[in-house]
This record gives sequence, structure tokens and C-alpha cells, in this order.
Amino acid sequence: MHWTASPLSSALGAVATQVSTGGSAKASATPARPKRPLIPAVLLKFVMALSGFVLVAYLVVHMIGNLQIFWGPTAINGYAEWLRTLLEPVLGWEGFVWVVRIALLASVIGHIWAATLLALRAKRARPVKYAAGNKVKGSYTTRTMRWGGVIVLLFVIYHILDLTVGVANPVGAHLKPYENITAGFAPDRWYVTLFYVIALLAIWFHLRHGLWSAIQTLGWNSNRREKTLKAIATVFSTVLIVGFLIVPISATFGWI
Amino acid sequence: MKVNLRVWRQKDPVDKGRMVDYTVEDASEDMSFLELIDVLNEKLILSGEEPVAFDHDCREGICGMCSMVIDGQPHGPERSTTTCQLHMRKFNDGDTITVEPFRAGAFPVIKDLVVDRGAFDKIIQAGGYISANTGSAPEAHSTPVPKAAAERSFSAAACIGCGACVAACPNGSASLFLGAKLTHLGEMPQGQPERWERVVNMVETHDDAGFGGCTNTGACATACPKEIPLDVISQLNHDYLKATVGGRKK
Ligand code: HEM
Ligand code: SF4
Ligand code: FES
Repeated sequence: MHWTASPLSSALGAVATQVSTGGSAKASATPARPKRPLIPAVLLKFVMALSGFVLVAYLVVHMIGNLQIFWGPTAINGYAEWLRTLLEPVLGWEGFVWVVRIALLASVIGHIWAATLLALRAKRARPVKYAAGNKVKGSYTTRTMRWGGVIVLLFVIYHILDLTVGVANPVGAHLKPYENITAGFAPDRWYVTLFYVIALLAIWFHLRHGLWSAIQTLGWNSNRREKTLKAIATVFSTVLIVGFLIVPISATFGWI
Repeated sequence: MKVNLRVWRQKDPVDKGRMVDYTVEDASEDMSFLELIDVLNEKLILSGEEPVAFDHDCREGICGMCSMVIDGQPHGPERSTTTCQLHMRKFNDGDTITVEPFRAGAFPVIKDLVVDRGAFDKIIQAGGYISANTGSAPEAHSTPVPKAAAERSFSAAACIGCGACVAACPNGSASLFLGAKLTHLGEMPQGQPERWERVVNMVETHDDAGFGGCTNTGACATACPKEIPLDVISQLNHDYLKATVGGRKK
């Protein structure tokens, strides 16, 4: 094998004292190395990619479902009711919705669990930071995945209290999404709409990198495809987020 | 030209280390960055001080020995360039330049700017080779290699094992290095027999050494002096998942 970078014979500095970088110096000098992590990082990323895809699939269906508000109260309220009748003979009333909820919860937990382990490992992998800062930064999107993800989580919690449980919504009526949405995003509650817009932008950032990253993690990226894949991720996230955005914005501006 | 240097000084692996300011008055634009440190060291020796220890060997950008993080960038501000090939004309008269060692838990500092990159040797030992019977060389045309595979393998083989990818990675991951080695061997017919064990063993050794996990930030490929493309990490993931989740052994 052609392997040239072995530091065994390193000469140090032009005139510096010779310090062996070989095995012996290492054995005495190296602080205890971390134990083998239980789960390889590649598998953690695999979990993140799969759970991410489940969440994105949910978002696509959710976004399209929301658009029914433009067809009036009967359409969207009927849709909410219809969702609960799916597979009713097998799962009972709302059983299907609970299956989806459990799948979503499992995905969210898996996604955050893997992300946390990776973040902790990253911290351990660089115990001493650069005095000049790390200047080789990825794009804004890649640098905001962790904190952006936390913002999205906080949004989802608020959102469930708002439009599912109803406690954070002025109407909060069960199975009346039309009334809940129009009241929740009423013009005098513009700050709620603003919060949704900001959260959706955070999701847009998260997805733009996340979608492409998942493809790379699953091993489907290649040099030839990379540009196209990134463009698809951007277009996909944009369509999805715009689809979400028009509902609260239309409610606030009284277009519904 | 005159430059101010802020250099990481650390006596030995256990010393806490600190940044020390120096000034080099008589630097020339045509000097490489290593030559600048040589000039500094001559001065230090003459004044009875300990010279700055740093790694280097070929000084022509092929061995991967030189390291240094210059102003927060491994191998400095010029893309696709090792520290030894970085020239002072890239800087301005009067600049203050911060020089630090590659920072990673798996690359402990030995002295000043010298880090122990033995973890890379361990990764190579775990699978960065092919086993072949030696003896007379076979006829070169007896094993055809598709052109695309040969080219991809060749560009991955350009990796000089310098470790800049680790130094740049916000996660301290060596995935670009790993991916380069796996792609280099995995694209070749000779690399096939050991392909699936290789990826598992090399990933395990990588994680054992304390390198972090990749989150596809792309910082590695930006810092890499040999322009190893990011898709070698996709290849690494592909082969690893196939060998573990996919159960492929042969
Ligand atoms: C801004 C546009 C959005 C609107 C108008 C909206 C509206 C709604 C409504 C009305 C419900 C209740 C459905 C029901 O009870 O039948 C709901 C549930 C939910 N939404 Fe949204 N949503 C939006 C964006 C999002 C986004 C961006 C996410 C994820 C990041 C999300 C995640 C969820 C989740 C997890 C639930 C709970 C599902 C359940 O357990 O029933 N939503 N949304
Ligand atoms: S991939 Fe590039 S940066 Fe990483 S070790 Fe190889 S040559 Fe150096
Ligand atoms: S000294 Fe060999 S690559 Fe820089």
C-alpha cells in the first residue's frame, strides 16, 4: 500500500529538538482515549435520516390537508373528522390518528436522541477550541441544524397546545380546525402569525440541509448528482414551507 | 514584509500551553509559510529561546506531514494548498497571523504545533490495504477497470492523510479521510475481496480513536488540500450500511 503520512520519521522544525512522534511517546503522553462508543456514528446518522424522512412525509400530508381551509369550514372540519374514521373497523374511532401520533413521537425521540449523542461526541472530539475560531464554516444552514432543531421542537410543542389540545387557542374547540385556525391567527393576534412565520423559516433551513444530508447519509449522493440533489432539497422545502405559510397569513389578512 | 505571529507554544503533552506573540521583520513574499517559521526559529535560537516545533517533510505538498491551523483554517487561507505550499504573498505587510496546532481529541499535541496523527495509522492498519500474493506482477491488462472507476479511485487516492479534514470539522470527524481510503480501494477490483470487512473495521477504529460523527457540514472538503470530494463520505455510508444493516459479508 502506498501510505506516506506516517509520522514515524517526522523531523521537527528546522532546528528543533527531535521529539519522537512514534508509539513510545504516545503511550506515555496520550491522555486516556475514550471508550468505543456503543453505537457507531454512521448508524446514528442512519436513525436521523430515517426518522427525518418519516417527519417530512408527515409534513407533506399535513401541509396539503391544511390547504382545505380555502374550501371553507365544511371541507377542513370534515377532513379532520374523516381522518379519525380511517381504518375505524380495525382501530376504532381516532385509532389511525393515534398510530400516526405514536410513529411521529417515536421519530421525534429517535431524531433528537441521535442528534444529542452526536453533539456530545463532537464536543469530546474537540476538547480544545481554536483561539482564532474555526474559520472553515459550512453554510449558515449547516451551522444552525442543532439550535434550529431546538427552535422547531419548541414550536411543535406550542403548536400542539394551540391547534391540537387547544389550550393555547382562543377557541380551542375539538374537531373544529376552521374555527381554531381563523381565531388563532385573527388579525389582532398577528404576533402568533409572526411566530409561526419565524418557526416555519427555521424549518425551511432545517429541511434544506436535512433532506440532502439524509441522502448523503443513506449513501445515495455522488459528485455528479450533488448539485441536483441540493437543488431538489431547496425547491421541495420551499414549496412545503410556502404551502404552510399561506394558511396563517391568509387568516391574519382576512383572506379566508 | 513584516508580520506579527501569535503562535501556540506547549512544552510537552501535559503542559497547558498558551499563545505567544512574535514579530518577524524580514519576511519575504516568496517564502513559504514553513520558511517563515524557519526564520522565526533562527531568531529564537540566536536569542537562546526554544524554537517552535512543527511537522514537515517533503515541503512540496505531497507527504501530508505539515499541519498548522493558520487564522482558523487548516493549511491556511489558500484553498487546495498545504501549509508548505502556502506563500507569504497571500498575506499583507503588518498582518497578525494566528498559528495553532490541529485541534482534535484524537490528535493530542506533542509539542507546540506538532500533533500525534497516529490515529490515522491505526485506521489504515484496520483495513486501508489489500492483501495480495506478491511475486511476479500480473499482466496489466488482465484485470480491466472501467475508466470512471479508475478515475474516481485515483482522485480519492490523492488523499495525503494530512488530517486537515479533522482539524476543520466542527464535529472533529475523520470521515473525509475514511471515505477517501474506502473509495480509493473500493472502486478497484483488487479492493473487492476485503471491501465489506474493511469498512466495518475502519469505521470502528475511527470511532475508537475518539473522532466525532459526520453531520455533512462539508467543512472537510473545503479545507482538504487535495480536493477530496464530499461524496466519498456518501460512499463510506453506503458501504457501511450495506455491510451492517444490509448484512453483506462477501
Ligand atoms: C403554519 C401552518 C400550520 C397549520 C395551520 C397547522 C395546523 C394544524 C392543525 C389544525 C392541527 C390539528 C389537527 C387535528 O387535530 O386534526 C395540527 C396538528 C399538528 N401539527 Fe400542524 N400546522 C401547521 C404547521 C405545522 C408544522 C410546520 C409542523 C411540524 C414541524 C406541524 C406539526 C404538527 C403536529 C406534530 C401536530 C399534531 C398531530 C396530532 O397529534 O394530532 N404543523 N396542525
Ligand atoms: S481527505 Fe484531504 S484533508 Fe483529509 S487527510 Fe486526506 S488530504 Fe488531508
Ligand atoms: S511538508 Fe509535505 S505536504 Fe507539506
